[in-house]
Amino acid sequence: MMCNDARLLLHAYIDDELDAAQSVAITRHMQGCASCAAQYANYTQLHKALTQPSLYRRAPNALREQWSTAKPAIASPVRVATSRRAPIAFAMAAGFAAAMLLATSLWVYTSSPRSSDTNQLINDAVSSHIRSMQPQHLMDVVSTDQHTVKPWFDGKLDFAPRVKDLASEGFPLVGGRLDALDGHSVAALIYKRRLHVINLYQWPVSSSASPPDTTLWRGYAVIRWTSRDMRYVAVSDVNESELQQFVLAFQDDAATPPMR
Amino acid sequence: MAPDPHVIGSTRFEERVLPHLDAAYNLARWLTRDDTDAQDVVQEAMLRAFRYFNSFHGGDARIWLLAIVRNTYYSLRTKTPPDSMHEAFDDDVHTITDDQPTPEARALLALDVGSLQMALENLPHPLREAIVLRELEECSYKEIAAITGQKIGTVMSRLARARERLKAELTRHSTEARRHDVQ
Repeated sequence: MMCNDARLLLHAYIDDELDAAQSVAITRHMQGCASCAAQYANYTQLHKALTQPSLYRRAPNALREQWSTAKPAIASPVRVATSRRAPIAFAMAAGFAAAMLLATSLWVYTSSPRSSDTNQLINDAVSSHIRSMQPQHLMDVVSTDQHTVKPWFDGKLDFAPRVKDLASEGFPLVGGRLDALDGHSVAALIYKRRLHVINLYQWPVSSSASPPDTTLWRGYAVIRWTSRDMRYVAVSDVNESELQQFVLAFQDDAATPPMR
Repeated sequence: MAPDPHVIGSTRFEERVLPHLDAAYNLARWLTRDDTDAQDVVQEAMLRAFRYFNSFHGGDARIWLLAIVRNTYYSLRTKTPPDSMHEAFDDDVHTITDDQPTPEARALLALDVGSLQMALENLPHPLREAIVLRELEECSYKEIAAITGQKIGTVMSRLARARERLKAELTRHSTEARRHDVQ
């Protein structure tokens, strides 16, 4: 065996990845080659040093608790007495809801347990938002011009979505795409907030108007409301107050007659 | 009561995936080199894992989760401003830099945690992820290949390069330290 081959293989030897024949070959080579043997000693020393426990970064407790105390509330609505974790989850949800209610009186917060339909919608909206963040999935039409984005939806949907550019409020429109939510074809408008993305979904409904309802789920803020026969769901990883600001800006703008 | 598929799904998620939260964080922390960013990556990765858990058909959940963490890291990274983005790695350019064999090539290495940490963090991403998966997660070459989507030969040569870089860096540190002691 040549030193060049040995130089590569001795790493696999340290990692116990060589078959018996290769192992024999490399040990033989090192018996006759002081240089490769010295390299081997160096790398073994390094290999051992890297096992020091303080180099291993364990998850912070906050992250662990977040994922292990309560199951994702969306997928499994809190149920009484069927799960040993239910009381804790209830207490947490109640405390959380109380804190939220204290924090603001303007916004309606959903307290658990929610109906499974609602959960499903939030779940779908967040998952659609996550999907949209994958490369090449975000936009079908890329434009910062509402006069380009709005006509793009013509013929693709059986309704005309409300499209507003909110750049002056710090939420520039960057594009749109078709999506599906809750069994409907929906228009998704994409806005930016600094580096964050906000997805705003909308589709027509016949139910009466409802005020914005904020839900937080796994670091995403979801705000749902109904206005003028249109159901809206806004999803983003910006903090909730910024998303609320966005919703206010959109509603404010939408109060003026939409351009056609 | 009829079993609720959601509950079964999330119980299995808890049993299969949550035990590997430390592994997920360790990889994310070494990739991002920042506590807050690492938490963001893990948060996003866990969400993705939760969403795609029904597409996980057995196998090693840790390897599956680590692959998601890695993909999440790189997909989030492409959204950051492109100042630090293009750290392209060319296997041909980063050839073996090891010095020519000399009989007394037994180096004196600085192997304290601080030096090791700095040396690891200075590695380019492709080398750093390979060495972290190998030495800290104790993944086999085959597992690293599965996580990174590379060939086993690539994994092997990257590990070799990672160790050579580490050795060079740690040797330099120890030499500087000794020179400093003398003065």
